[in-house]
Amino acid sequence: MSSSDDSSNDTSADRRRFLKQGTMLGAALAAGQLSSARAQTAPVDPSKILGNPVRPYGERSPFEKAVRIHKGKTDEVAVGGWTPLQDLHGIITPSALHYEVHRGGVPDIDPAKHRLLIHGLVDRPVVLDMDEIRRLPSVSRIHFLECQGNTFMEFHKPVSKNVQVSHGWTSCSEWTGVPLSVLLREVGVQSAATWLVAEGADASGNERSIPMEKAMDDVLVAYGQNGEAPRPENGYPLRLIVPGWTGNINVKWLRRIKVVDRPYQTRMDGTGQPAIGPDGKAWQHSSVMEAKSVITSPSAGQRLAGPGYVEIRGLAWSGRGVVRRVEVSTDGGESWADAVLQEPVLPYAHTRFRHEWQWGGRETVLQSRCTDETGYVQPRRVDLLAVRGPAARWFNNSIQSWKVAKDGVVHNVHA
Amino acid sequence: MLSMTTVLCRQRRAAPPNRASSGLALLGIMSIALEVFAAGELPTYGVGRAPTQAEIAAWDLTIPPDGEGLPAGSGNVADGKTIFLERCASCHGDDGKDPKYYVLVGGRGTLATAKPVPTVGSFWQYATTLWSYIRRTKPLDEPGTFDSNQVYAVTAYLLHMNDIIAEDEVLDAERLLKIEMPNRDGYVPDPRPDA
Repeated sequence: MSSSDDSSNDTSADRRRFLKQGTMLGAALAAGQLSSARAQTAPVDPSKILGNPVRPYGERSPFEKAVRIHKGKTDEVAVGGWTPLQDLHGIITPSALHYEVHRGGVPDIDPAKHRLLIHGLVDRPVVLDMDEIRRLPSVSRIHFLECQGNTFMEFHKPVSKNVQVSHGWTSCSEWTGVPLSVLLREVGVQSAATWLVAEGADASGNERSIPMEKAMDDVLVAYGQNGEAPRPENGYPLRLIVPGWTGNINVKWLRRIKVVDRPYQTRMDGTGQPAIGPDGKAWQHSSVMEAKSVITSPSAGQRLAGPGYVEIRGLAWSGRGVVRRVEVSTDGGESWADAVLQEPVLPYAHTRFRHEWQWGGRETVLQSRCTDETGYVQPRRVDLLAVRGPAARWFNNSIQSWKVAKDGVVHNVHA
Repeated sequence: MLSMTTVLCRQRRAAPPNRASSGLALLGIMSIALEVFAAGELPTYGVGRAPTQAEIAAWDLTIPPDGEGLPAGSGNVADGKTIFLERCASCHGDDGKDPKYYVLVGGRGTLATAKPVPTVGSFWQYATTLWSYIRRTKPLDEPGTFDSNQVYAVTAYLLHMNDIIAEDEVLDAERLLKIEMPNRDGYVPDPRPDA
């Protein structure tokens, strides 16, 4: 306790010292004006000027500008925001830049009032509040989430201006929560139970049927995202994480789990996101996001400074587990070379890959393709279209092509 | 019925645990009561509590294809049209064909073409899905505030606009469950990995 008192005194002293210095440094240090002032300029030699005050909740440098791009107006009913993959490093997506898709806006939820109800074919239906949920056995796992609409616009024409728009409906976080299997065992799932229905507390009516086998396997009831509570856009204060499965089934703002003995065929179970084959038949209960990779640098909208060394970087992931291999082609698919997989390589997580390349200054096409632990190889776009037909829309996990022009400018192309 | 159940449950809750099974034998209704009140904390971790009947009823609104949980009430096409034009048409269009959000009407015969138009009539597999979704989410500006009669009415109107029920029909739980949606057999298991 004495050390705590000491630090308290230190803090007071610091505060006094800061106030004095702040006055000397002038209005530019006033907290409210700091960002806008520093967004334009910074000292030539920051070692010659006293630094800024600390702040209770950190913000990135005002020089950092990466933001989500939204499809449609931000106040629309149905909104999707793409993650700026081209601006990020490593495998973790900053929570503030995690992709988002909503169909009923982002709800305001007071965690003190939030409840999880588990009922149906269970011996002991239960209501849990957030404090109680956080007391249960917890795990942390790094998992990607990907919308099944990711890259849908690219099936038939190369329309996206950059990798953010073409591939930004995937993101990866460390998620912390209670294994759903722990909760299901505690409430006593009855032998007839084969499915559950998970429901969010928002206005979109996102209720999803999930088979019991998956629920008992690796699903999380998550209250942590990258070390803090999930952002409101990502399900605050509680959401499902269903590793490897389409984003929408990872129900945000989770408030209810009903254990049942057949799928409930809710709107979003099928009719809400139609994947329709060439025979007009729709896919029932589509779930897994198949293996996919994309080069994030160099990518469309960027420009190589000139011939010479380039580290080709990208992301790969698979809804069936671990990425085993990523290959890169720098000649439009004529030849392929193994890229280096950056550790950690985790199941159902973004995996970073790198490939060293010397650009000779000629026009060429860059591609990546990945292989997952099942041996499945990421397909070419034409191969997917051959089986899915002219109305192909969702679940586009095909190889992406970036053309490097002679002037170094990178373009989105079909190759 | 519900209030009676609640009363019985409260009596049962006060009774010693060893009498619960005899109570169950006396009344079939008590199977619900037991589910509600025999539960408490999670046994291993000692957290949580049993939900009340009212708590479950307030959230347990999703209706599966067999109609379990469909409430009493009814609505006709004409009333549904009135509600739709007032509360839904600004987004979906008077005819339900405005593509701005989701086309609700038409599209039959388009699913196997290059430009499928998936609608309630051309695509949705079960009428219960429609009923349940309207109940939970509509109207947009006041989600989940239609009463059961209004939900039946709006559902009836959309089914009629899709030539699935006649203009003079009244929709209730029994009629809803007899509806065979045009695309009832239009679904197949997800074929992936397909290439």
